[in-house]
Amino acid sequence: MATDAGTLVPPPGERYTGAIITDKIADLVLVRPMHAGYYVGFIVTAAFTLLFIVAITYLFTTGVGIWGVAQPVAWAFALTNFVWWVGIGHAGTFISAFLLLLRQHWRTSVNRFAEAMTIFAVAMAGLMPILHLGRPWFFYWLIPYPDVMNVWPQWRSPLVWDIFAIATYIIVSILFWYMGLIPDLASLRDHARTRGKQVAYGLAALGWRGEARQWHRFETAYLLMGGLATPLVISVHTVVSLDFSFGLVPGWHSTIFPPYFVDGALYSGFAMALVLAVPMRKVFRLEDFITRDHLAKMGTLMLVTGLIVAYSYMVEAFNAYYSTDLYEIAMMRNRYFGPYAPISWSVILCNVLIPQALWSKRLRRNPLALFVLGLVVLLGMWLERFMIIVASLERDFLPSAWHMFYPTFWDLATLAGSLGAFAFLFLMFLRFLPAISMSELRKDVRQETIRAGTHT
Amino acid sequence: MLYALLAEFADPRALLDAVRRCRERYHDVDAYAPYAVDGLAEALGVRKNRVPLVTLIGGLVGGAGIYFLQWYSAVVDYPINSGGRPLDSWPVFIPPTFEITILGAALAAFFGMLLLNGLPKLHHPIFNAPEFELASRNRFFVAIRATDPEFDAVRTRAFLEGLAPIKVSEVPL
Repeated sequence: MATDAGTLVPPPGERYTGAIITDKIADLVLVRPMHAGYYVGFIVTAAFTLLFIVAITYLFTTGVGIWGVAQPVAWAFALTNFVWWVGIGHAGTFISAFLLLLRQHWRTSVNRFAEAMTIFAVAMAGLMPILHLGRPWFFYWLIPYPDVMNVWPQWRSPLVWDIFAIATYIIVSILFWYMGLIPDLASLRDHARTRGKQVAYGLAALGWRGEARQWHRFETAYLLMGGLATPLVISVHTVVSLDFSFGLVPGWHSTIFPPYFVDGALYSGFAMALVLAVPMRKVFRLEDFITRDHLAKMGTLMLVTGLIVAYSYMVEAFNAYYSTDLYEIAMMRNRYFGPYAPISWSVILCNVLIPQALWSKRLRRNPLALFVLGLVVLLGMWLERFMIIVASLERDFLPSAWHMFYPTFWDLATLAGSLGAFAFLFLMFLRFLPAISMSELRKDVRQETIRAGTHT
Repeated sequence: MLYALLAEFADPRALLDAVRRCRERYHDVDAYAPYAVDGLAEALGVRKNRVPLVTLIGGLVGGAGIYFLQWYSAVVDYPINSGGRPLDSWPVFIPPTFEITILGAALAAFFGMLLLNGLPKLHHPIFNAPEFELASRNRFFVAIRATDPEFDAVRTRAFLEGLAPIKVSEVPL
């Protein structure tokens, strides 16, 4: 029976056991034929991935001039995409690490795919600043190494901190994800019927045998990784926000940026988690595992983070006027009544007004509504990053330098291509790896059985 | 040659009881479970767990290393007057120090856990056991290794049968 605790819903007349869970989830990867919807998604996302490759190739052979960037708007789509994609990753880490430390057992059903979402989103994010470098083949100059030019990175720059934050984030996310996968890879190895799969999953499982001492160290290490990932995720978007607030541009130079950016990151991440979870549970028939309770909980988290985002918008506007700084006030007026006003009001509509629908308990339990709201918030958050970056740069201190930004086809192709590549990687993950942690579900189901037993 | 005798159980509670009974008479006892059973390590008498220490060392090495690198490059090797700030401007060295502390600790936790667990490993005799593939599905196993001084193929088998398992099987080496 479904309860508010976010429990599984076994089919009538059946009771979930470790065996049924393992068979159902492992069979998704090993035997069950793919749904037609999967193939459609595969072809569409593969096409967009190709577009991404074409856009990158053209960029590398020609230069950033193919984009709409020009002074004073030197940062536009690539940086917007960067901030947006990193942010999307954050909800995955929040679900897997924060909720692990808080012992929220409902995370078990959603943490694996949320972590995969994190890795692929951060991969897309990591590409963006490199694409924007102009001479991307020199990106390694950011890494401190004793080179023949005898120069070192400027440690006082947030752009240098960025590479440490993003690189650490992606490495730790992959380790955390892979560690959780090891026992499940062992299950797949033991379930596989063909030699090729046995060897492939066997090698990936690293020889895991489920020995008690192995589990003991595994649990300790997993908890420690959760404890490390929690402050890490906050530091990452803090550093990203410092890229802006260390600059003197009105609209960037603000002390509220770190919490404002971290919270916006979680907001867009929960939206993406819902957008991925709703079709996934439908196509792979995982409704018993990722229940409406799970979706409703993610919806609640989206509502809470959305309210903090709304509060941040208010504080930002208040601070501009309270500072009595002419440039800050002009920036705020320009943002909501200048040439980019349609974008800024769309941000308010998508991020503040429409998500208030989540107050309705009925809507929070309706997968389709959550899917649509997730898309709305994703759009709103992308526009918000665009508004902060472009609308602030467009009106510089010198009116003679003011210049509007218009995206070119290649700006849009890069954004669409990164979305396609992200979805493509996610579909690959669903095909080859278990989308839900089997070993953790086995444990949870056992504890639920015990709890149910003592209550009746 | 025998590697061990293996008893199979359907339930974690039965496993815990069996492990406790085995530990009364034998030393080289192993248990296998499809998930981390609470209290199993204690029942096996496992006290030491060096994963936290390894993680701490990894974090300290990472943090100290990157701070030293920043100090050395900014103060000794490539001193640049940046806006009149002191060369050793430690507050701005903190963000990379924080990140690499986390990275060092995470790498140490991950690889420390694997190496202390003796992984990666291409083969292990326990995989010769019949039905051992269920250890990653829904069955729980207790093994008494042949290296135990009290081990005797016949008497140990009789002892394991006395624990009411689903079955007892031999694990060839």
